[in-house]
Amino acid sequence: MNHQQTIEQLLHYQSFIELTARERTRQLLDADSWRELAGPFERLYSPWLAAQGIVAQADDGVVVAKGRLAGQPVVVLAVEGGFQGGSMGEVGGAKLAGALEQAAADNRHGIPTAAVLLLETGGVRLQEANLGLAAIADIHAAIVDLGRYQPVIGVIAGPVGCFGGMSIAAGLCSYLVVTREARLGLNGPQVIEQEAGADEYDNRDRPFIWSLSGGEQRQHCDLADACLPDDCDTIRDQVQRYLAQGLPATPRHQRHDWYLQRLAAMDTTQQADASTARHFFLPERSA
Amino acid sequence: MTQTPSRPSQRGHIWLHALCGDSPLQAGHPPSLLVCDSSLNGMPARYLAVVTDPDNPLPRARHGEVGLLEGWSLAHAVRDAVQADAGLQHKRAIIAIIDVPSQAYGRREEAYGIHQSLASAAAAYAEARLAGHAVIGLIVGKAMSGGFLAHGYQANRLLALDDEDVMVHAMGKEAAARITLRSVAALENLAASIPPMAYDIHSYASLGMLWRLLKVNRPDQPDAADVDLVNTALTAALTEIASDSSCGLENRLHGENRSMSRRVRQLLQQQWQD
Repeated sequence: MNHQQTIEQLLHYQSFIELTARERTRQLLDADSWRELAGPFERLYSPWLAAQGIVAQADDGVVVAKGRLAGQPVVVLAVEGGFQGGSMGEVGGAKLAGALEQAAADNRHGIPTAAVLLLETGGVRLQEANLGLAAIADIHAAIVDLGRYQPVIGVIAGPVGCFGGMSIAAGLCSYLVVTREARLGLNGPQVIEQEAGADEYDNRDRPFIWSLSGGEQRQHCDLADACLPDDCDTIRDQVQRYLAQGLPATPRHQRHDWYLQRLAAMDTTQQADASTARHFFLPERSA
Repeated sequence: MTQTPSRPSQRGHIWLHALCGDSPLQAGHPPSLLVCDSSLNGMPARYLAVVTDPDNPLPRARHGEVGLLEGWSLAHAVRDAVQADAGLQHKRAIIAIIDVPSQAYGRREEAYGIHQSLASAAAAYAEARLAGHAVIGLIVGKAMSGGFLAHGYQANRLLALDDEDVMVHAMGKEAAARITLRSVAALENLAASIPPMAYDIHSYASLGMLWRLLKVNRPDQPDAADVDLVNTALTAALTEIASDSSCGLENRLHGENRSMSRRVRQLLQQQWQD
């Protein structure tokens, strides 16, 4: 790699990670087509937060933007990681699920609407616990439904990462794009440490956490399709390529035979690290 | 610190056997996943339960948690039925018997992509529903968090036993208290006035997710009347699913404490076409 060239490139990059959820949706859609649905002026506050002394937000931390990407109808759904850790409550969850349901209905009426999910989320908002969990089940249902017609493309940029039930949503996407800053995992490090102890998972050891759940590692393990630099144009180009590519032949979540074979062959007495994980997925990588 | 249950619940195992009688278990699945092809009111049905396995090769999934092996195996068992019935007009019912204390929490699980394993299970159930199988979730114990999302939450209809050991939640109390920087007592206080935060099954029912709540006599050791009651309810669910033109999850949106879920959808629908 030519280092001079890399520095040149870096200087021209426009950070995607530094943008808010709303700005990210604007970066992805064709400029003249962007339109926000159920936006902040509708005042869709969470009805559950005020009762707990928590300041609510008028968009509940989720942006629904409809428009076109290189001409194709697309809905971009972005979670604002800065509001309550990007957690899914009733309203934000219903915005995601409801929009995906509309996109699937479009396809049944001959309109090829696809979806892009910008996932910066810790999962269920514990202050709305069971309504967040129910909304996430609705989101899963809607991704699977829409994913029969058009690609659903997930993007995890950073810095919140994608955890909990929303990591399952990421696992349902047709394609998944990450950056090095991204993290993807079911259980947050704090929860694993709480449940299993610090020997199992040290919540303060950041290099260890990124070595297992960081974007680069996830792409190496084929749990993400592309690991990209933090640059708006690069991310938009990749999303557009996946849209143009159409549905994958076998989505990741349908490869149970392969994973079960690998699990059967695994030495489970050995604790995992980044290298055992890469080895586990090795045949997939070379296939 | 470690939250290992002292006596893991056996309800998944008990209810699967109560409902399937002498029908043999399907081979080819790990001991933590029971799969049984039996019948419901004379119609073919596949019953599935994730259960405890003290010898599970992945030690963090020994108490009935849905771990790596369980997620991928659920997907295998459900997809297998969908494939086998693909050409049939009457597809077998798929009945998830739910008693899952949580997903598995561990380093191996995260390293080898447990989120993807659970996604595989959730997708298999959702695709079965979309393919025209009646998918019914029967909650007989705990239905916690990612475990529930992977095993049962994609069902056309959810039924639960009306019992204090039956609960649905996003996270165990201790962990939830730590993450939200509250004490367990404060959390329980809040749960008393905020239904989605509560751990009891009646608060959950008020959200509209449950089709029926079933009061049995002996949830830990069902008698003939209990089995009868549950079978009758499952049969009624089957009939209702067959007469429902939608194979989605909209039937859960009518709960008294879920009005914003409806309002948001209505607004999106209005603004979608403009």
